[in-house]
Amino acid sequence: MQWETVIGLEIHVQLSTQTKIFSGSSTQFGAEPNTQANEVDLALPGILPVVNEQAVAKAVAFGLAIDAEIGKKSFFERKNYFYPDLPKGYQTTQLEAPVVGPGHVEITLDNGETKSIRIHHAHLEEDAGKSLHEDFHGMTGIDLNRAGTPLIEVVTEPDMRSAEEAVAFAKKLHSIVTAIGIGDGDMSQGSMRFDVNISVRPKGQEEYGTRTETKNLNSFKFMEEAIEMEVERQIDLIEDGGKVRQETRLYNGDKKTARAMRSKEEANDYRYFPCPDLLPIILDDDYIEAIRATLPELPDAKEKRFMADYGLPQYDASVLAASAAMADYFEQTVKVCGDAKLAANWCMGELSKFLNQQELDISACPIPPENFGQLLARIKDDTISGKIAKQVFQAMAEGEGSADEIIEAKGLKQVTDTGAIEAMVDEIIAANQAQFEELKGGKDKLMGFFVGQVMKISKGQANPGQVNQILKKKISE
Amino acid sequence: MSLDRSQVESVAQLARLKIDEAEMPDYLNSLNSILDLVDKMQAVDTTGIEPLANPLDAAQRLRADVVTETNKREQLQANAPATEDGLFLVPKVIE
Repeated sequence: MQWETVIGLEIHVQLSTQTKIFSGSSTQFGAEPNTQANEVDLALPGILPVVNEQAVAKAVAFGLAIDAEIGKKSFFERKNYFYPDLPKGYQTTQLEAPVVGPGHVEITLDNGETKSIRIHHAHLEEDAGKSLHEDFHGMTGIDLNRAGTPLIEVVTEPDMRSAEEAVAFAKKLHSIVTAIGIGDGDMSQGSMRFDVNISVRPKGQEEYGTRTETKNLNSFKFMEEAIEMEVERQIDLIEDGGKVRQETRLYNGDKKTARAMRSKEEANDYRYFPCPDLLPIILDDDYIEAIRATLPELPDAKEKRFMADYGLPQYDASVLAASAAMADYFEQTVKVCGDAKLAANWCMGELSKFLNQQELDISACPIPPENFGQLLARIKDDTISGKIAKQVFQAMAEGEGSADEIIEAKGLKQVTDTGAIEAMVDEIIAANQAQFEELKGGKDKLMGFFVGQVMKISKGQANPGQVNQILKKKISE
Repeated sequence: MSLDRSQVESVAQLARLKIDEAEMPDYLNSLNSILDLVDKMQAVDTTGIEPLANPLDAAQRLRADVVTETNKREQLQANAPATEDGLFLVPKVIE
């Protein structure tokens, strides 16, 4: 039987505010346990929450970025459940009237196809604390620094049909969040966490199958793996005559295993009701328009501009536009080197490879874009070859100076002196007489060998175009 | 609508309340009389009336995003039954 996968996502995005959503405690990551948790965060008696204006502003900015309706009157509710890292016994969240209503996000797949993924809504809520289960004489340690950190939870419609679509959506959402600066998007620190609802159904069937929810995926790679594994599990289960149970699952990315956490039906009686401690949040058009005016260029618009202004292929434009910081770096590089395609190739190639190896974000790149642009300018004006440029790039990355300084200091300037190159060509011909006769006789594939040999004795510094020319001249002599 | 015994037990379980056998009839009666009142209210025609989120006719005031709190861990943990390395310790919970 042909199966169709149906995927919907819930994404928790930590908002990059200075303080918590309902208290003036700091939200800075990495502090000593419980040093950033006050009476409100600990839910001591007599407390009253007060909403952080930046949390609201960032949620609204997100709504505008996904073309959503903004809830002009939204309110908070209590979602009741007991867990030690939730000291109030309820999470303050939104349900009936969220701040962000229906919107949509466009994704582009590898085959160039585009698809619109509908967003059901996004709501404001507070994060829980952290439970540490190891090493406390059989007890669990609780750190409430994270309790009360503002989040938006983004809920999609079940519009994705494959792991590829889900990952493309997740990446797009990540690039929107970082472009508008509402979150740092650091998934390794849990700043963005994905819950994936997955079901399968026979192709052509209207009705959805029973879904499972895989929680807290914190990398795109794990997300893809978890989806593929779960889809396979569900299909195998059904084909063997079994039934999918509605349950919450956990995926272990290091061990590549997944397991059921708890069955959903007994756990989901959250008894929501409006939070009596908080009044409705009322937003007017002036407020919403003022936030719209602060929105930077969004990834989709940037991608289109890169194609129109720089003549980049869509693939290059979308990769570069996905990260606002990378896009800026690229544009500054182009300004210096004057060749957009060359800059795009190097940003996506050598530069990205280096950043990945070093696990650095582009914002922490040790090479300023001006220097990077200068390096590319030296390729363009034939001072160095692309191959030598990689060597210079490494030296720049190691802090040895600017491109020009390194080229000068290491004597890497390309040899363009025709006489010098001709001398090297003659030397190689003399050393390989027999092959040269074959080349002359029409064995064209020996051309590469000769060019390679000349490049080798020039230590890569001969201009390959000139070497070619001179060789051809020698053949026809 | 009226509740049966097992519904009361499950509500108590969700609220982490322990109910003695002897108290059960009382809870059943009290809760059911509250639900009777709710039934009466449900019967009122509310067509066209906006649901009420809060009885006060006012909007939430927002707070500037400025850190106002300092580290008070020592005082705040003074009443905790068990702490270690700055963590609150609770009976082991693991899924």
